[in-house]
Amino acid sequence: MTTPQNGSVLEIRDLHVTVGEGDDAKEILRGVDLTVRAGETHAIMGPNGSGKSTLAYSIAGHPKYTITGGTVTLDGEDVLAMTVDERARAGLFLAMQYPVEVPGVSVSNFLRTAATAVKGEAPKLRTWVKDVKAEMAGLEMDPAFAERNVNEGFSGGEKKRHEILQMRLLKPRIAILDETDSGLDVDALRVVSEGVNRTRAEGEVGVLLITHYTRILRYIKPDFVHVFVAGRVVEEGGPELAEKLENEGYAAYVKDSNEQASAEKAAAEVVPS
Amino acid sequence: MSAENTTTTLAGELFAPGVGTQAGPPTTPAAGTGTAGEATPGAHSHGGPAPTGSPAERFTSTDPEAFGAPTGREEEWRFTPMRRIRPLLDGAPSDAHLQWDTDLPDGVELTSVEADDPLLKGLPEPVDRLAALTRARSGGAAVVRVPAEARLDRPVTLRLSGTGAEEVVWGQLVVEVGAFAEATVVLDHAGLARYSGGVAVLVGDGAQVTLVAAQEWARGSVHGGQFDAVVGRDATFRQVVVTLGGDLVRLVSNVQYAGPGGTAELFGVYFADETQHQEHRLWVDHAVPNCTSNVLYKGALQGEDAHTVWIGDVRIRPTATGTSTYELNRNLVLTDGARADSVPNLEIETGEIVGAGHASATGRFDDEQLFYLCSRGIDAETARRLVVRGFFADVVQHIGIPELQDRLMGSIEARLGGLPGLDDQPVEPA
Repeated sequence: MTTPQNGSVLEIRDLHVTVGEGDDAKEILRGVDLTVRAGETHAIMGPNGSGKSTLAYSIAGHPKYTITGGTVTLDGEDVLAMTVDERARAGLFLAMQYPVEVPGVSVSNFLRTAATAVKGEAPKLRTWVKDVKAEMAGLEMDPAFAERNVNEGFSGGEKKRHEILQMRLLKPRIAILDETDSGLDVDALRVVSEGVNRTRAEGEVGVLLITHYTRILRYIKPDFVHVFVAGRVVEEGGPELAEKLENEGYAAYVKDSNEQASAEKAAAEVVPS
Repeated sequence: MSAENTTTTLAGELFAPGVGTQAGPPTTPAAGTGTAGEATPGAHSHGGPAPTGSPAERFTSTDPEAFGAPTGREEEWRFTPMRRIRPLLDGAPSDAHLQWDTDLPDGVELTSVEADDPLLKGLPEPVDRLAALTRARSGGAAVVRVPAEARLDRPVTLRLSGTGAEEVVWGQLVVEVGAFAEATVVLDHAGLARYSGGVAVLVGDGAQVTLVAAQEWARGSVHGGQFDAVVGRDATFRQVVVTLGGDLVRLVSNVQYAGPGGTAELFGVYFADETQHQEHRLWVDHAVPNCTSNVLYKGALQGEDAHTVWIGDVRIRPTATGTSTYELNRNLVLTDGARADSVPNLEIETGEIVGAGHASATGRFDDEQLFYLCSRGIDAETARRLVVRGFFADVVQHIGIPELQDRLMGSIEARLGGLPGLDDQPVEPA
């Protein structure tokens, strides 16, 4: 683990998030606390439906989610007050589990438009083309890929490589990888992981790695592991925690969480006489 | 932006009455019709009035009176604002002309023929009163001839400019392309006019012809038109219609095949602003074996009372074995108060086909696309432009003339610049 002198820090405090509106509103995140510093890699592990992806999308600003409490700051700046694009320009990046097709927009046009937005000026054409080619080669992507439309007809592996390609080129301060390992075969997982590791080796980025499985952690070694159940972090530790989860699964945590929820519900139902 | 704004509809399959259980194997069965903006229940019909398996023949005539005076309740007029098209339907004779500015590559001949010329008698007959009036009132036709086996070094360009809307302009054009020739013809409509124009394209055997019709009329213009393509044996006809300007544009494009092995590709883009009415009606008549048709029309709408109509009729007659056809219409509704009608209609009368399908979808901006682009630092307005540009680009690129493509994409982008309320619709933080 390396901690740069002037590293960025993402701080999440007591974050509460709901989906739906009015009576249909459902609380998904129930008080998340997390601090990610540049140079650190955090794995967030949890069962399906625990709210891992909600955390990722809430930080990125997806309009489907409503923040009902808590704070998110990047280097002290209020992330929750920013629009989606402002968050990206501030240095946040979300590699999505299900990247969206954008018909008629080529990968090369998309990448250059995004880079121009994030850097605040158009990158110089010659060096930019060289950079894109080098990064694509590093991710074992065919150069013809650049002329295809964004995510249109991409295989699962191509989508994830394209997400990591964007991360490499946009050089975020905090990168959130949402189930980047899902749907990848072993070769693709290796290639994608190596791409992430190249960014980590440069030491300038904090990584929040969201995953259901421990498989990707064999390629990307986390500094911290957080177990995420029912909308909050229920245990934290080092890499050894991932091994424990590999062997024992989430069952114990889910049981604890259910019991706690029952107790809370029972307490709430006690009517003062 | 919110999830509630997404109203994309992709209805299920709908094949016309008359499709027997043994009827062809549609290879691309995604199909449907959708409207957005105002709900339009019953805004589509399938298979015509006779659910008996033998659809009514389409009535054609060179005599305007044979059609009677449309009231607006007829199937072919029910979407059209009758008050606004009435000056054309009244059919007052006129000697007014559009201003012609032509660019003819070597070997291309531009002449004219009188009304009684055998060439005109051999054209497909008009399908509605307006088309019949046009044939009758234009008093002959301008004829563009491309000799057999010619390969033109550049497109034939006819810039037709309106100089005022006082009088109706009647015009008839015949494009005759000889066997095995390769030609692109651009009809560039601009200026202010009340114009009704017939265009017949006779595609010789083995020829490859692209007809581009761009409607960049000034506001206040009314344009009614009928395009007829007769596609020769093993020939390819490609039509690209781009309708951006004018108050009311109603274009009917018909395709028939003169021999087996023909291909017709009909592409279109349209962009309606407030109060604009843009109507595109297509009729592909498969009556000979082994022909192909492919239809792709895309439209965007913005502003109060912007209205677009797309009717895509494809008929596969019993004799048209080995037919392959697919048609697709997509509409992007950018603001409230706009209305897109979309009616695909496929009649299949033989099971011996390669494939037949159609699809129609009308929706708002895809919020997930916008979120994806914005999450990469791209501001909401730029993201919207990228999405709309992409939406149209995959049609416009079929024109194959880079300068014209750039000009038309520029026109589309300029329209987006006027997108009302963009500043009021930022991608809000959650």
